[in-house]
Amino acid sequence: MSQTKEVKQLDRVIIRFAGDSGDGMQLTGDRFTQESAVFGNDLVTLPNFPAEIRAPQGTLPGVSSFQIHFADHDILTAGDRPDVLVAMNPAALRANLAELPKGATIIVDTHDFTKRNLDKAGYDANPLDALGEAGSALAEFQVHALDLTGMTVEAVKEFGLSRKDAGRAKNMFALGLLSWMYGRPTEPTVAFLERKFAKAAAIRDANVTAFKAGWNFGETTETFVVQYEVKPAVLPSGTYRNITGNLALAYGLVAAGVRSGLPIMLGTYPITPASDILHELSKHKAFGITTFQAEDEIAGIGAAIGASFGGALGVTSTSGPGIALKSEAIGLAVMTELPLIVIDVQRGGPSTGLPTKTEQADLLQAMYGRNGEAPVPIVAPQSPGDCFAAAVEAARIAVTYRTPVMLLSDGYLANGSEPWQIPSIEDLPTIDPAFATAPNHVSAKSAAEGSSEPDEFWPYLRDPETLARPWAVPGTAGLEHRIGGLEKADGHGNISYDPANHDLMVRTRQAKIERIADSLPPLQVEDPSGEARVLVIGWGSTYGPIGAAARRVRRAGYKVATTHLRHLNPLPKDLGDILRSYDKVLVPEMNLGQLSKMLRAEYLVDAIGYNHVRGLPLKAAELAEAIGNLVGEAEGIDVDLGEHGLNLPSDHEEAPTR
Amino acid sequence: MSTSTNADLGLPTLRSGTELVPAVEEGTTQTAKEFSSDQEVRWCPGCGDYAVLKAVQSFLPDLGLRRENIVFVSGIGCSSRFPYYLDTFGMHSIHGRAPSIATGLATAREDLSVWVVTGDGDALSIGGNHLIHALRRNVNMTILLFNNRIYGLTKGQYSPTSEVGKITKSTPVGSVDHPFNPISLALGAEGTFVARTIDSDRKHLTAVLAAAAAHRGTSLVEIYQNCPIFNDGAFDAIKGPEAADHLLRLEPGVEVTVNGRTWAHDPTAVDPGDQFAISRLGETAGPLGHGGPIPIGIFRQVERPTYDDLARGQVAHAQAGVSGSPDDRLTALLRAGDTWNVG
Repeated sequence: MSQTKEVKQLDRVIIRFAGDSGDGMQLTGDRFTQESAVFGNDLVTLPNFPAEIRAPQGTLPGVSSFQIHFADHDILTAGDRPDVLVAMNPAALRANLAELPKGATIIVDTHDFTKRNLDKAGYDANPLDALGEAGSALAEFQVHALDLTGMTVEAVKEFGLSRKDAGRAKNMFALGLLSWMYGRPTEPTVAFLERKFAKAAAIRDANVTAFKAGWNFGETTETFVVQYEVKPAVLPSGTYRNITGNLALAYGLVAAGVRSGLPIMLGTYPITPASDILHELSKHKAFGITTFQAEDEIAGIGAAIGASFGGALGVTSTSGPGIALKSEAIGLAVMTELPLIVIDVQRGGPSTGLPTKTEQADLLQAMYGRNGEAPVPIVAPQSPGDCFAAAVEAARIAVTYRTPVMLLSDGYLANGSEPWQIPSIEDLPTIDPAFATAPNHVSAKSAAEGSSEPDEFWPYLRDPETLARPWAVPGTAGLEHRIGGLEKADGHGNISYDPANHDLMVRTRQAKIERIADSLPPLQVEDPSGEARVLVIGWGSTYGPIGAAARRVRRAGYKVATTHLRHLNPLPKDLGDILRSYDKVLVPEMNLGQLSKMLRAEYLVDAIGYNHVRGLPLKAAELAEAIGNLVGEAEGIDVDLGEHGLNLPSDHEEAPTR
Repeated sequence: MSTSTNADLGLPTLRSGTELVPAVEEGTTQTAKEFSSDQEVRWCPGCGDYAVLKAVQSFLPDLGLRRENIVFVSGIGCSSRFPYYLDTFGMHSIHGRAPSIATGLATAREDLSVWVVTGDGDALSIGGNHLIHALRRNVNMTILLFNNRIYGLTKGQYSPTSEVGKITKSTPVGSVDHPFNPISLALGAEGTFVARTIDSDRKHLTAVLAAAAAHRGTSLVEIYQNCPIFNDGAFDAIKGPEAADHLLRLEPGVEVTVNGRTWAHDPTAVDPGDQFAISRLGETAGPLGHGGPIPIGIFRQVERPTYDDLARGQVAHAQAGVSGSPDDRLTALLRAGDTWNVG
């Protein structure tokens, strides 16, 4: 036994597990993530998988990967380029090689490097044969070519599994090896495997054994001479858990139900990448949550609207294509002024697009994608854990202002994860449904008789502060009324075709949404020097890459300010002044410039777009270069980010300036 | 008109569609006037919708339910203006979607009597999907399908129930689509209560409405309704002096003959085969058009658990086992699983 291996300190590491869709890479990544979370590192993850359930085996399109960035300090992204690639077959090696920085470590399972699999991956010759040769494809990397599958099969042979089934545990062998390399705690994974395979003893034992064998292999083999240590991160004190965006969003809805006292009705139709919200909420019936899997997207929102009319909080969840189908019903909720949460977990578009990849190209659809003047508030979370608070905020707005609210998440937030400081419940807002219980208007007849006692109910008589109309639910005697999609007369709410009334109602619905801005806190601008002339503004999941890029620019000695929008409609009241106080405004987005367009239209500022639509999060190093160039232009100086820019030998995200 | 008790099926006593809806205090009587809103009714003179509205306004007090616990939901079309004229809760929604909205409402609120008012275009064309899924789920609601075999509000195009060869504004040389028979469709979707009645037969209409309201589950009532503007006289054969020759009034036990086979009608039969065969009577087009008299009355009335009762049951079951305040339970949920402390 080698007890004398060197232990090297690192402040952060980026690992990418890659293999065939059936190799269990997502599970492997999840487990490594949980181990790292329990260990106390800060972390961010990026799962990346094909849309096909079982893509053709061994092919490039069939490669599934999971990237984790973990550190001893707070980090913002899953990292641009991995330090370590674990490749379980030739396709996984080939698909990911271009993204590795020079000197990266590659751990490759040689078992599947057969002629057939090399052909499928497009390799003319086995790249592993040329190891050590100058100029070969792998020459710039530290490659550990190991028969992980063979070692796994050998380790678990006592359990009597078929060779194929035994080989399936190779992902746990790889996990064990990496867990050893980075000193991860093993107990959570052993406990997890015992739970997961409780009903299949042989498979449970094989997986646990493979996991331990991988660990032991690392410890005993001469191949690995160094073990690495990434110390726990110093984060604000509190209790943490690791959480994905979809889970946090679902929990946020549970919290909204608890804090409003309203039963929740989710009406939805399965769609990637939003379905996990349905799966999660369906487990929480004890909180008074009903989940309705409808016959289509339209019925999903229809049921949610019906439930809201009945006094529940209606919620519908989908992705971009589903929003297109729900548009008319969203308009009905605008017209009937009922609380409703519409969740759009954005994915690559248009049409079916890239179902499992991320994008931010539904902003203008959320903003304008309806007939008529149909304003809808938009709330966007900025990180996986932030989906919780964003969902509570969406509920606050929906209930307080009696309006549908668009909650714009995306595929990266949905499936990505990070440590999340669990909030204390008392710190969450209470949401008051304030149901109407009594007549609110004096009828003409009573007024004529001199009475000032309200004796009739006007469903469109508004709260003077919020402009919200009363929410009077069936079962409330004396408040019987009819609502619908036809234009309403101001106040009493009967059908009206009067031109002046329509003009008034269109403006009133718009004004109500604008009133929401009165309830928003001032926008936070981060500008450590206080002298920046360039502002970078973003929304949604670009928060991480923008923050990481700004840190790089500041570390290189340059000044840049950043701010991030949670509310896209209405925009914060102080945004115009903030935008106008900088010489240059850069707007990074995973679309062709949708927020840029809104800012230009609203504030007449020359918002400059930084746009990528690759189905992946923005890369911090590339964005840092773009920010650097703009800082150079604004200040009339030459900007060279040096080691903080694209030319980093190992492409790490920068630690914040302390 | 029978409101079958289904006792012969050996099923538990039929639960009423309105059993969880609060009733008016004993001794209180409601009137049709109380159920009429102050809005001016704006259908064309002579429209069959007036007769149905009158019948419904007169019938609703008989239910003995609190007015505020009754909700009418409609889609788009002439008939979908219906909710505005009733002084209950109501929603005039969007084209074809009323069954989905009613599904959410009926599931969220067990204490409401939920009605859907729709037409042949609304329910069978743009909203066909929602109609069949409501029937399959058996959500506790009553769907009044006004069938005038024409598009009225858009001014006279053929509808999915128009006969083949219909000459309309959009089919100047005749429509070529094979029509739906709403009763056959509802039986195919395993609807648990399927009936047909006529706008002009107040007594029959009211009896069918009463049975439909009493049924727990989705009740589909097709109402033949005359459009005097775009499809006048569509149902004259069964309304005129010789109506008796063209009508088959379905009652439990009534003898029916289809394609030479005769049997006693049983709306409670679980297998809908015979009920479906009856629904083809009066049809002349296609291989399933058997001709003969047009049947009206209750084709089918069987018991099946409703979606909304079962969904609420699951929630109630989950809630029965919990203790602690909602805030405490939320805290426990957020802190379940692997957590760690910093500082």
